[in-house]
Amino acid sequence: MSTLISLSQVEKYYGDYHALRGIDLEIRSGEFFSLLGPSGCGKTTLLRTIAGFEGVSGGAIRIDGKDMAGVPPNLRPTNMVFQSYAIFPHLSVAENVAFGLRRSGLSKTDKARAVTEALEMVGLGGFGKRAAHALSGGQRQRVALARALILKPKVLLLDEPLSALDKKMREQMQVELIKLQRQVGITFILVTHDQEEALVMSDRIAVMFDGEIGQMADPETLYRRPASRRVAEFIGQMNFLQARIVDDAGASLMLEVAGLGRTRVEASQATADARTGACVVGLRPETLGILFEGEAPRLGQEVIDAVVDEVVYYGDMTYYHVHIPGVAEPLKLSMKNITGRPVLDIGTSTRVAWDPRALVLLGG
Amino acid sequence: MKPLRIYAVAYLIFLYAPIALLPLFAFNDGTIIAFPLQGFTTKWFAELSGNKALLSAVGNSLFIAAMTAIFATLLGICAARAGAMADFPGKRGIIGFVMLPLVLPEIIVATSLLIIMRQVLGLDLSNWTVIAAHVLICMPFSIAILNGAFQNLDPALEEAALDLGENRWSAFRLVILPLVMPGIISSLLISFTISLDEFIIAFFLTGTNPTMPVYIWGLLRFPGQLPVVMALGTILVTLSILLLALAEYFRRRGLARAGVTDSGGFL
Repeated sequence: MSTLISLSQVEKYYGDYHALRGIDLEIRSGEFFSLLGPSGCGKTTLLRTIAGFEGVSGGAIRIDGKDMAGVPPNLRPTNMVFQSYAIFPHLSVAENVAFGLRRSGLSKTDKARAVTEALEMVGLGGFGKRAAHALSGGQRQRVALARALILKPKVLLLDEPLSALDKKMREQMQVELIKLQRQVGITFILVTHDQEEALVMSDRIAVMFDGEIGQMADPETLYRRPASRRVAEFIGQMNFLQARIVDDAGASLMLEVAGLGRTRVEASQATADARTGACVVGLRPETLGILFEGEAPRLGQEVIDAVVDEVVYYGDMTYYHVHIPGVAEPLKLSMKNITGRPVLDIGTSTRVAWDPRALVLLGG
Repeated sequence: MKPLRIYAVAYLIFLYAPIALLPLFAFNDGTIIAFPLQGFTTKWFAELSGNKALLSAVGNSLFIAAMTAIFATLLGICAARAGAMADFPGKRGIIGFVMLPLVLPEIIVATSLLIIMRQVLGLDLSNWTVIAAHVLICMPFSIAILNGAFQNLDPALEEAALDLGENRWSAFRLVILPLVMPGIISSLLISFTISLDEFIIAFFLTGTNPTMPVYIWGLLRFPGQLPVVMALGTILVTLSILLLALAEYFRRRGLARAGVTDSGGFL
């Protein structure tokens, strides 16, 4: 896949406030790319600079090889789905969708056909004559999508498009957006603060903190091999244990981990800064497992003793907080509630299996 | 609770009873404005329509009111849009100054405008001098109404139009203008009404052709003409109520269209 959008050293100041700090980014053609981060990290600002609603204070944005400096939004090959959807309340659904075709030079019948196709594509066939202000949140979202996609932009920009929907609707729209993106083959750039949404939908994700990109990777790498403690904390749940490198043999490392003892890990499990300075070990809750009566550890797993401090029952899952005797930080772990498995009581002494291959060594 | 209720009723009577007397005496068959009533007649209205000087004054006033409404609203649109959408240094101060005529004593405004127009600029007094002054006092009302209309708009609507290929002007024309149109109509009607019955400024700045309120004031020196004034007053009050009701209707329709709840207004 070829590069469609490239940002080099993009800076943005609002007065003294440094919103974007030297952003370098390459987004490929046909990719579903997400900008993920907490509120105020600059992800929406970055999206708006790509759309042309904000100028940059430094650096360059190129779309399809063309420098976008000074190009207004109406002349960029991008279209946007706004957080508020920005459906024109005085127009009907069909008029909203047809809005961008005004300057297309298409005949009336061609326009009508394009509108019908676009509405059918987002599952709103037959809604054309409805008044825009009479639509539900999910329907407005679909109108906004149809209105942007009818222009066949090179890039579709989505600014927190699902944040106004309830949980069920949001999950349904996530799946629909993925399907839609595959169907039209247009590059999507999604801004979201919801890590689950980003993981579910994206080909690649850039995690942003304080106007900088903390890590850029595909969802699995981001989840399994976070580049920093901050990324690890922002995405999913992570247990952190104090650790020390006993021996650095290049291709593998011998660690001394609080509560877990000595263990050997691959060099690929450690970040560069962890090998040179202070470090912690990160373990995802689902990589830890309580060993119930009659269960044995799997090949490669190690076993430690622990005491249950807290039990949170979720129906399909149970979340436990346990502590290893002598270690202050509690460990969170999650167990599937399969048939025959009891829910442990608080205070129960138990054995916990963990896997050295699942841990990551991070700086900090 | 009881005394408050009595107070409220007394207040309303004090406020509206004199106005209710207008139509009463306008249809009364007698030149003296006093009870008991003499009988029903429409001759004062007939006399009204035959009074050339009065009709010309009414014509002046309608022209001035129409021009004032248009200019005040045009300027109001610019100010309200700047106030709602743009951010610039000194914005609050500038908006404050534009709104000031709302509370300035009209007699002061009238006197100073007369001095400026006659002594400094050397202009001849005409309908246009009155229009200029009326625009000044109608602008704050226009801005207050239009501010509501502009501030209720989601800024993303304009951005969406830009994003879909329109330039700033066409985005304004296709999206912003239709959405604030009810506010614009409301502003036109209220400015028109204010200008139509404004007296003090018109009295100072009017040329050889008086406006209607100025002409009525002149009539008051002739007691025999009083019932004619009453008839004219009846027409004016009816017209004012109609126009204001219409203005409020458009303001509310604008709110409903933008999908927001009512947060006050003039009526």
